[in-house]
Formats: sequence, C-alpha cells, structure tokens
Amino acid sequence: MAYTKRLDGRKFDELRPIKAEIGIIPNADGSAMFAFGETVAIAAVYGPKPLHPQHMQDPEKGIIRCNYNMLPFSVTERAKPGPSRRSKEISMITENALSGVVDLKRFPGTVIDIEIMILQANASTRCAGINAAAMALAHAGVVMREMVSSVSIGKIDDKIATDITKDEEDYEEGEGATDIPFTITSNSEAITHLQLDGKIQTERLREAYDAALKASKKILDYQTRALKGEKIDENK
Amino acid sequence: MTETKERRRLVIPGEIIASGEDYLPGDFTRKEGKNIIAQRYGLLEGDRVIKIIPVSGVYEPRRGNTVIGRVSDITFNGWIVEIGGPYGAFLSLMECPRFINKNDIAEFANIGDVFSAKIFSVKRNSIDLTLKSRGLGKLEGGRIIKINPHKVPRVIGKEGSMINLIKNETQTEINVGQNGYIWIKGDLAGEEKAEKAIELVAKEANSEGLTEKIEKFLGAKIKKINPEEVEQEEGEE
Repeated sequence: MAYTKRLDGRKFDELRPIKAEIGIIPNADGSAMFAFGETVAIAAVYGPKPLHPQHMQDPEKGIIRCNYNMLPFSVTERAKPGPSRRSKEISMITENALSGVVDLKRFPGTVIDIEIMILQANASTRCAGINAAAMALAHAGVVMREMVSSVSIGKIDDKIATDITKDEEDYEEGEGATDIPFTITSNSEAITHLQLDGKIQTERLREAYDAALKASKKILDYQTRALKGEKIDENK
Repeated sequence: MTETKERRRLVIPGEIIASGEDYLPGDFTRKEGKNIIAQRYGLLEGDRVIKIIPVSGVYEPRRGNTVIGRVSDITFNGWIVEIGGPYGAFLSLMECPRFINKNDIAEFANIGDVFSAKIFSVKRNSIDLTLKSRGLGKLEGGRIIKINPHKVPRVIGKEGSMINLIKNETQTEINVGQNGYIWIKGDLAGEEKAEKAIELVAKEANSEGLTEKIEKFLGAKIKKINPEEVEQEEGEE
C-alpha cells in the first residue's frame, strides 16, 4: 500500500505541535527550549568567554563549541550517557550550522559554549537542537547576522513529508524512508546544514528543499514570537 | 515606502527594522539595500539613526568602567583578574597606590581575593586595570553576587536611589561593579536580604513601580525576619 496518509494524521506539509520558550536556564547567558511534538530540546549558551586550553584559541576569531547530548531517559531504551559517535557528529554539524551567522570576529581568542540537551526524542532531535541553540544564541546577546531555522524533510515511500517522526523514519514499504535535515537562514535563505540519510531522486531533492523553505518560515515565526516573550505551547 | 517603527520595541537578529532612505544604521544594525536589519537581540532606539540597546549578554569592557573582579592568577608583575566577559583583565603592580614587595606580591593580593578597580585601557584583547582612584582597592570579607551587567543601571536606580534604599534597609555596604558583580558586606541576615532584593530588582528590571515593590519586599522581610532572629539569638545564648 502506498503512503497516502501520514501515520499521525497530519498533512504532508504540517509540523507537529510546537513548543518554544526562552530564558529557561537562569545561570546561562542565554537559553531556550524548542520542541517538535514529542521531540524536546533545550539549549544553553555561555560566553563569549576566555578559551582554554590555549592551543585551541584562534587569534583571528572566536570559536563556537557545541555539545549535543541525549539524556538517558529521552528514548525508550536507556541511552548510555556521555559522548558517542552520533553525538559528536551532531555537535559538529550544529557548530557548522550556526557559525555562519554568528559574528565571531568581534571577540578573537574566545569561545561561545552551546550545550544542547534532548529531554525527549522522537526523530528530528538535531533540528530541534539547532532551533533551540539559535534562539539561545540570540537570547544571549550574541551578534548574529540573521537567525537559522532547522527542519527535517522526509521522503516516505514516494511522498515528501515535513517534520517526520520516528515511526515514519522506520517506514519500510515501497521506496522506504529518507530523512533530510535542512538548516536555512532567515533572510538570505542560505543552507548552512544539509544531511541526507537514504535515497532520493535528484529532481525530488528540489521538492524537498521547497518544503524545507516553507517549513523554515513557519519555524522562524515561532522562534521570533518566543524571543519576543511569548510562551508557545501548541499541545492541548 | 517607510515602515512605521514603534519605539522601544524588542527586535531579534535578522529582523528588518525599517526600510527606506530616511534611516541610518547605528549600533548593532546594518544596512542591506534599503532595509535596516537588526544584528542583536535588544530594544530599538533612535529616530533617524537606529540603534539597538542590548538587554542581555556578557559584559563588554569599556574604558573608565569601575568593575569588581576576582584574582585568578598571579604573574611576576601583577595579577590576572577575572571580571566576567570575554577576557581576563590585568592589574599591574605599577597601578597599585601603595608599596608592594616585588618578591612576594601575593602578600598584597592572593588568588581568590576581590578587587574594585577601574578599567584604564581596553586594547584588542587585553584589559588593563588600575587602583589609582578614589574608592578603589581590595574588598575584604562580604560576599559577591553576579547579575546581568545590563541590569546594573536598574540596581543603582536614579542617582543611586535603589541601591541606597537597599543599603539603608539592610544595614549593609554594597559596591556595584559595572560588570554585574556586586559586593555586599554586612551582618548575615542583612547580606542575605540585600542579595535577595538585588536579585528581585534584576528579575523584574523591566516592570513599573519597582522601587515600591522593593520597599515592600524589604519592609515585609524586616517584620518576618526579626522574630526569628531574636529566637535564634536566644537559642544560642
């Protein structure tokens, strides 16, 4: 049977209920929470501050050091705490996704630390993490050219679906499932991060990008509203 | 085609604040084509030249600021002082107003000691401090609390009204650094109350009638705390 209706009944271009809030960690310089349905990420930003060890310092610019962490209780089977191959990869891609929009030249030789924690996971954790981190950076008063918004687009069987869940990721019938997380900047609409897990026809990638662009505009609206003091919770 | 812009509005990075040829970009904004774009989270100000007043973020050192810091390292000719913000500051031996034995400068100030000092120069990434001015020097005893440096003006209040209120009501000495570090010295109950009051000011920095709120807070606490204090003192005796 072809994939005609999404497993959770959403439209193909519909996001899960969003939750977004800033200032949730009082000791951090900036903090934010962002959730796609059951995927909940929190981010804390510290700095710019002096960077140690000294050999990591860059005399031309500051650096971003990101730490993505899935908490043990975030998934059904207890996740082993501490860094893993996967978490190191996601930390790195988050650094890359954000460093393009942050003005790092302002404070050479310093570091901006970003701590991302996944409280609950149901696919798209990296996207929720990047969204939360972007909000936390803005909240921390870091000088940024623009915001970034991240969303994962999937190709489930032959359908392009926005913000896919774990169940959709595991879909095996027909052409199977492909997961494509995008991070897109708010003004210039540039892609600062793109991954692809699975297979997709070249011409359909364009379609996926269009879906991502549309979804990123919606996410940007949530991020903007949250940064302006609104507490967003679409879960009933 | 000019977009109307409300004064004192919160903006986020990347937001188009205004468009048209009538506006010029000020602090933390840039011009891209006809649009003025925000580069930092903060409040808008200015009619023609639009700038953003930051409301959050780490301390950015400026020349002439009086700051409070903690010694984090000792070198052969001075101290490295941690003042929050992106870089550590350097307090040279030459900038101390009294004689110090060069062979043992830890005698004057050791790691962990607290200073009130003035920033006399900010270069690319080195900040130099001096103690050669009135009211500066080592701070003995007391406690240090940290608030966001952008909330310091509210903690001080108009011509020091807020800080004087807290000082008088709690019978403490308070020294506020422009880097958001605040040194409080008094008796234990006073210090605690002053700390809570300052934290309340920082938390509610944007609300109206703040002075009344703090007055109420301090007044209410005096009535509440006093009987307990009496009891405790009696217990100790």
